[in-house]
Amino acid sequence: MMHSRTIQLWVGIFVALGMASLFMLSMKVSNINAFRAVEGFTVTAKFENIGGLKVRSPVKMAGVVVGRVDDIGFDNDSYEAVVSMKIEDKYQHMPLDTTASIFTAGLLGEQYIGLEPGGEEQYLKEGSEIKLTQSAMVLENLIGTFLFDKADKAEKSGTADKGSK
Amino acid sequence: MINMLQKLGASTLGIFERLGRGHLFLYYTLRGIGSLLPRPNLVLAQVYATGVLSLIIILVSGLFVGMVLGLQGYNTLVDFGAEESLGVMVALSLVRELGPVVTALLFAGRAGSALTAEIGLMKSTEQLSGMEMMAVDPLARVIAPRFLAGAIAMPLLAAMFSAVGVMGGYFVGVGLLGVDEGAFWSQMQASVDVDEDIINGVIKSIAFGIVVTWIAVFEGYDCIPTSEGVSRATTRTVVHSSLAVLGLDFVLTALMFGE
Repeated sequence: MMHSRTIQLWVGIFVALGMASLFMLSMKVSNINAFRAVEGFTVTAKFENIGGLKVRSPVKMAGVVVGRVDDIGFDNDSYEAVVSMKIEDKYQHMPLDTTASIFTAGLLGEQYIGLEPGGEEQYLKEGSEIKLTQSAMVLENLIGTFLFDKADKAEKSGTADKGSK
Repeated sequence: MINMLQKLGASTLGIFERLGRGHLFLYYTLRGIGSLLPRPNLVLAQVYATGVLSLIIILVSGLFVGMVLGLQGYNTLVDFGAEESLGVMVALSLVRELGPVVTALLFAGRAGSALTAEIGLMKSTEQLSGMEMMAVDPLARVIAPRFLAGAIAMPLLAAMFSAVGVMGGYFVGVGLLGVDEGAFWSQMQASVDVDEDIINGVIKSIAFGIVVTWIAVFEGYDCIPTSEGVSRATTRTVVHSSLAVLGLDFVLTALMFGE
């Protein structure tokens, strides 16, 4: 039997190592920093179509994450999606006529809200609504439009060819 | 015909008897944990035997599992031009599944079998009955500290396994295969969630630790006190706890990620 001091020392090292691994897993591997509850103000925006936007999707301005989507609801009267997002307190100076659009990171990546500043003198504050919005690009619609366009053009050039002959 | 039916009935009854004994045993063991509070050194010695002595095998296998994940994941992902997602793949598969499960299997082989053999030998050399003669409850003095130590050591070992595995994946992916370092970590951080992935992994490993240690100490305590009985009990420990871990893993995964 080993001396009990040695055993205690080893168990101490063991527990410390285990805790350190858990700590490393939660700090380094996961997104604990990004989702820490931040102090901020909530603004809402209505979109015709939010595509694959999710709660906690990033809200970016000029590519910098300034907030996160807080809640997604549905407006029964206008049949639009109501997205409320929490903007961090340090970004107070967003003009009232800021535009919100839904973009996709990469071709198939996650969706996020992109804000573009307007020229208004007044700033967004708690509870204000972003009036100017642009819906998500739905890939199927895009492909549909593209194919339709192509077919249309082919038909036109076909009749043009016949006409010239 | 009647003989066969009788045999079937007897074996079914035997199984239920064993299950019942196992649960009663668990109940008395849990009751015995309270009496450990004034004597934490008993538990410490067992954490040393089950946890510290399993460190090497856990760390080495974690490192190699992570490295293999890095290699295999890279070869698959590079076909889709998505090798930056290697970090996500390695981290999620380790934290959610491989960490708890492989650690539990190794733990059953390394620590569980040792527990069964130790307790079985104590029984066959009549040390346990000796304790009862001295009015010392063997469940509280021998079984409870081992049970508690297993339940403590398993989640810590699983966390180390996952952490070392992620490092292994990092060495192979970033160091050897040239995945971009920033993308490796940032994509990983973007998709691994603390509650959903890491806490669930810890819950899994605690459940596995309890089940593996329970089976191990029960098989030892319940074995036939001969040398053959102890050897059979040790085999049963490894087989049963491995099966239990894999089955329980499916149930837990379905509950946690199923929706």
